[in-house]
Amino acid sequence: MFGWSELVPAFPEILVLSMACVVLLVGLFTDKKKGGFIVFLSVITMMFAAILTLKDHVAGVEFTKTVIFNGTFIRDEFGDMLKVVVYLLMISVFFYAKQYLRQHDNLQGEYFALLLFATLGIMVMISGHNFIALYLGLELLALSSYALVAYNRNDLNGNEAAMKYFILGALASGMLLYGMSLIYGAVGTLQINEISQAIAGQNNDMFLVLGLIFVIVGIGFKLGAAPFHMWVPDVYEGAPTATTLFIASAPKIAAFALAVRILGQSLDVLMIHWQSMLATLAIVSIIVGNLFALQQTNLKRLFAYSTISHIGFMLLGLVGGAEGIAASMFYIIVYTIMAVGGFGMIVLLSNKGMEADQIADFKGLNQRSGWYAFLMLLLVASMAGFPPLIGFFSKLYVLKAVIDQGHIILAAVAVIFAVIGAFYYLKIIKVMYFEESETDQAIDASFDVKTVLSINALAQLGLLVLLPVLFQYCIRVTGSL
Amino acid sequence: MTLQHYLIVSAILFVISMAGIFVNRRNVLVVLMSIELMLLAVNTNLIAFSKYLDDVQGQVFVFFILTVAAAEAAIGLAILVVLFRNKKTLETKEINELEG
Repeated sequence: MFGWSELVPAFPEILVLSMACVVLLVGLFTDKKKGGFIVFLSVITMMFAAILTLKDHVAGVEFTKTVIFNGTFIRDEFGDMLKVVVYLLMISVFFYAKQYLRQHDNLQGEYFALLLFATLGIMVMISGHNFIALYLGLELLALSSYALVAYNRNDLNGNEAAMKYFILGALASGMLLYGMSLIYGAVGTLQINEISQAIAGQNNDMFLVLGLIFVIVGIGFKLGAAPFHMWVPDVYEGAPTATTLFIASAPKIAAFALAVRILGQSLDVLMIHWQSMLATLAIVSIIVGNLFALQQTNLKRLFAYSTISHIGFMLLGLVGGAEGIAASMFYIIVYTIMAVGGFGMIVLLSNKGMEADQIADFKGLNQRSGWYAFLMLLLVASMAGFPPLIGFFSKLYVLKAVIDQGHIILAAVAVIFAVIGAFYYLKIIKVMYFEESETDQAIDASFDVKTVLSINALAQLGLLVLLPVLFQYCIRVTGSL
Repeated sequence: MTLQHYLIVSAILFVISMAGIFVNRRNVLVVLMSIELMLLAVNTNLIAFSKYLDDVQGQVFVFFILTVAAAEAAIGLAILVVLFRNKKTLETKEINELEG
């Protein structure tokens, strides 16, 4: 029945799990002020995981999707593409976290072990092919994130953020589970593909629709879509910046994968029902996110509200049919790269005892360092969606897919509020270039962190070269689901 | 006892736990208890369906949920302890440093 060859498709997960344990052990013997070796181990883990994931995709070899562990785990092109993006994001998260924790003399092995466990959770969520596997991945990610938010034990804001995150996260899991149990009751299976077959005839079953509503509320909480966004600004502001930049990046990809697996793959028959719900969530998120962001002075809080509006755009893509799912996959990949860079900039400007999390901290950045002001300009302009940066094209694809489906009003509202949103992004740019700096403190960071940040920001321009290829890949992998 | 009875019990448990989170405005500890109750409501639901459908998957799911609930309670209480050390209170209305 069970052969060792069953394990082969899960090698990346097994590697990350083993290395998380190794990092936890090595961390015990590491000095709080150094810890370079832990970062090295974590980065190497991601690189090898990328090799293990990509080695089956070399040209000339036919890739077939495999389902293992009695149908609970799937290895397909969709999952592999998202996983590779997660590895890249995690590598930059590791470098920024190293910078941040060194500034605070608090670099310990646990932090990186928790990040690796969270990565494992993300990978299981991406590859889950059964409600049990999806739920376990989700909880592994969530439990690690709660601990990461509360990492600074003596920081009251961090504790409070962790408590709020915990309560609302657990509530979201509860909702999701209740929905899953109702769906199970209606179809009698927990397997993704079997659910899809079982409900083929009946798309009006009361249990199914009720279950669908609970599932969507749960996913909405996890993504941070309005009106389930209450936790997002508080957690982003209260958490240590290193944790914020993690929460803003890779888990969004996992939540997207969860939405596609549950809604797109197993409940595809109920599409008419969930499309209208997601459209509502999307529009409310875009409106709320952009309007509330206008009045923020704290940059982490501002980015939190901007996340909400970006999540709205991503959900809008899911309304746009098959091409829309590809567009929203492209959107979420591009958005996470921008977000991790934006928070990386806050980490770079922070010092011991001073968090550069106010917009005022970016005053006159151009005088202090023209290069970093330029990088921040790229990131912020890309978030706002100015052409010719990559953020413009990701919005364009989503809107095109939505208009092709005939939802012109949705697209119009989204565009109007994206334009309103450009105001607060421009405010950051104005402060950087046209105001006097209050400090002349030199920017202090190690070479590797500066390099990663530069690559991260320049990707907003560099990805333009890959734009058609990347979008073609998105269409192909979502088409092969 | 039919399937409906079990489902009604679990729905009532679920509503009580929701009320415990949203209506209760006094103590964080009660919120943690409500979260546990919510997971138990889900478990009741799954077991009832599992018995009704004569399918074992639901019961397996319950075992995993119970395990995760234990881990979740551990983390929740750990956060509660550090919060109490710094704040010296667990009143919900006192925990409001982050607003805006």
